[in-house]
Amino acid sequence: MKYIPFFVFICLLFAGNHMSSVFAENDVRMNKDDFNALMNQLQGMKTLIEEMKQDYNSRLDKMQEKIAALEKEKAQLTEKISPSPNVSEKPKSIKGEYVKKEEFEEVMKQLHDTEKHLEDMELRYNAREEEEQDNIAATQFIPDSAPEKWSPTQPITLWSAGRNYMDISFDGLFSAGASTDEDVQSLFGGGHDPNQRGFTLQQLETTLEGTVDPYFRGVANILFQLDDEGESFLEVEEAYLTSLSLPLNLQVKAGTFLTEFGRFNETHPHSWDFIDQPLVNNRFFGADGLRNPGARFSWLAPTENYTELFIAVQDSQGETAHSFRSHEDMFGRESMETDVHNLGDMLYTPRVVTAFELTDEQTLMLGSSASFGPNSTGGDQDTIIYGIDMFWKWKSKTAEAGFPFVTWQTEVMGRRFEAGEEEEHGLSNDVFHNWGAYSQINWGFKKRWVAGFRADYVDGLEEVFVEEHEEEGHEEEEGNHHHGDGLGFERVRLSPNITFFPTEFSKIRLQYNYDNILGDDRTEHSVFLQFEFLLGSHGAHKF
Amino acid sequence: MKIIRRLSACVFLCITCLAAVSYAGKINIVTSTADIAALAEEIGKDKVKVTSIAKPTEDPHFVDAKPSFIVKLNKADLFIETGLELEIGWLPILVNNARNSKILPGKSGYLLASIGIQVIEVPAPELTDRLMGDIHPFGNPHYMLDPLNGKIVATRICERLCQIDPENCDYYRSNFDGFTERLNQKLSEWQNVLLPFQGTKIVTYHKAWGYFANRFQLNIIGELEPKPGIPPSPSHLKDLVWRMNNEGVKLIIISSFREQRSPEFVAAKTGAKVLVLPIMPGGIKGTEDYLSFIDYNINEIVSLLSGLSGNAKFQKTGADVK
Repeated sequence: MKYIPFFVFICLLFAGNHMSSVFAENDVRMNKDDFNALMNQLQGMKTLIEEMKQDYNSRLDKMQEKIAALEKEKAQLTEKISPSPNVSEKPKSIKGEYVKKEEFEEVMKQLHDTEKHLEDMELRYNAREEEEQDNIAATQFIPDSAPEKWSPTQPITLWSAGRNYMDISFDGLFSAGASTDEDVQSLFGGGHDPNQRGFTLQQLETTLEGTVDPYFRGVANILFQLDDEGESFLEVEEAYLTSLSLPLNLQVKAGTFLTEFGRFNETHPHSWDFIDQPLVNNRFFGADGLRNPGARFSWLAPTENYTELFIAVQDSQGETAHSFRSHEDMFGRESMETDVHNLGDMLYTPRVVTAFELTDEQTLMLGSSASFGPNSTGGDQDTIIYGIDMFWKWKSKTAEAGFPFVTWQTEVMGRRFEAGEEEEHGLSNDVFHNWGAYSQINWGFKKRWVAGFRADYVDGLEEVFVEEHEEEGHEEEEGNHHHGDGLGFERVRLSPNITFFPTEFSKIRLQYNYDNILGDDRTEHSVFLQFEFLLGSHGAHKF
Repeated sequence: MKIIRRLSACVFLCITCLAAVSYAGKINIVTSTADIAALAEEIGKDKVKVTSIAKPTEDPHFVDAKPSFIVKLNKADLFIETGLELEIGWLPILVNNARNSKILPGKSGYLLASIGIQVIEVPAPELTDRLMGDIHPFGNPHYMLDPLNGKIVATRICERLCQIDPENCDYYRSNFDGFTERLNQKLSEWQNVLLPFQGTKIVTYHKAWGYFANRFQLNIIGELEPKPGIPPSPSHLKDLVWRMNNEGVKLIIISSFREQRSPEFVAAKTGAKVLVLPIMPGGIKGTEDYLSFIDYNINEIVSLLSGLSGNAKFQKTGADVK
């Protein structure tokens, strides 16, 4: 056994020197099973075509026989109609021949029909043959390339166009710009928002998606990012499967996923219409949105207009469940270690959405959602976040590449937070209500150009906790790439922007944020340029 | 608890009733585009209810994945797709959410119309790159503009309807026969009227007219788009104008949803005429069924070309005099 590594090493040396000539056969042997399978497939296809050909030929023969017979009849009839080439004899027996003429026409029609039928068949057969030949051509390509001499310096090709069972896409999203506030992270709280003056790598998103088998589809979104210190980190944003063929209009989604709460929460940065998150999403759901491992059931109502009910059950802990068991200090309470004791300690998110086709060109969607779960300020303190959302879209009946269009999207959310008592700071049980909203309009005024405007509002957290919250926020930021909502103040933000899409695979966006931090009596201005590229095939987006 | 149980039983009954009702009536056909819908209509007639997802007037590459389409697909008995990645940007998400196992690929309720079509313009593997624009790696998906391809698709729709609804098979067959008879007759008419214009050089906006041009022997020498999906650029148009003048191209065909500024610009520089044609039945009023749609396109081309041929002759004699 000891000698095996040595042997392998020798082999590698050999391979490195002149593997292509000496070990070429070995390479083929490695792929022989695959190769055989392919050859079998090819053989199968060939026999199939052969069978089809025979079938076709036999039918063709039959047809030809029929035609021959018909032609014979026709010849006989013509003979009968005009027994001799002498035309003058014809009028002699008009009455007798008249019936025959009808018969003749009948036969001619039959013949015509048969010919047409044959023609159609030929068409069909040719089309099929063409298809099969294409198949063969496609299959033959593999055996040709399989025995190709592989060398360790060549990249390994795992898939090629059309033959992989997975769509792979890679999205790079960057921004560059500046703000009047030198602490950019206190203004932009989102995990994928610009995080400093200068350049920010907002995300590198790898999406893998495809059909698992006839019963499931799978999706995974893996993110790479750089924090403001230049440290790389990896984030599993989503990985889940959805059922394809459950009865009774049901669908199950299971894995780890962004919760279907409102419209914005379940979207990914690359499909956002602005370079940053809405303030209210950031305040209630934290830097990365509400997401956790869990399962979601949905039911499509058998109604005329679209109505869908969702219920998601997810873990209620971690930084991606910000207002719940996030282990972050909230409202001056230090977070407590909490465990899951019963089903009530999970995070539940029901949602209902319905859509109306107002006209051929206009669609309106209305939805309402709520999230229930425990928070970590005490033994049995709960949080409820509820929201309503609206989306309206107009798209021209004669749209070219999807332009022109106008969309209007609004979400209003509220949070009821039960804070437990804490003796250390002398805090008693309390309930805090907060709310916030955003409304945005996007206008695709010209092919490839979209102008947008968004208004944001969040109310202020209880005055006494704002400073604490902010301080703690700053402490947290050290060594932590997720910069939470650093400001607890009441805030109004207005963001106009303009986006140019060279194609649907790239975009350049310029955005200005007018930030009025009412609670702190200051106004900040930020301008950022965003650019994006998308490689590979990326799945379609939800309406 | 009893009430809840009773209620849930009621709900369950209602659902099954609804499901049963949806089965009882006509065969519910949903197609991705209006051209296939028109064919399904020809064959199914009053035994089917046909809905097209994409409107005939809009760009079939870019359709919104509206939630109402999920409902339509949910209730479909037969779903027919153009294929060749024409609908890749909007259809998969609809089908995935429709939760209708009848219409998933491999089932009798799913029909991929492109099978059996002799696909053209399949890019070479080396050129299957987005550098070439928004290309279709499996070939040109606008095959329905060739009436003979329409015949192939109609054949397959007829076969499939027979499979799903064998009771009415004879009905579908006779509709199909009637349709092909009319099509054959029309086809020879079309070929006759276009015969004098064989080999006429034309320019189109998008690579949508290849199948049509092949069938009727028109010669497409270029597109206004420098690459599929990329809007016309000044340098490309300049180049195109030069080529059109050089080769004497007098006809620019554009689809009805395209912008008309760049075609008009090129027309002004070359003396060519811009012809706006629908690429789907119903794209322009009065072209709702498949044959009248092809008929419309051919009549428009013929009347324009015969108007031009007078000029062309005049120009030719002018050149001869020189």
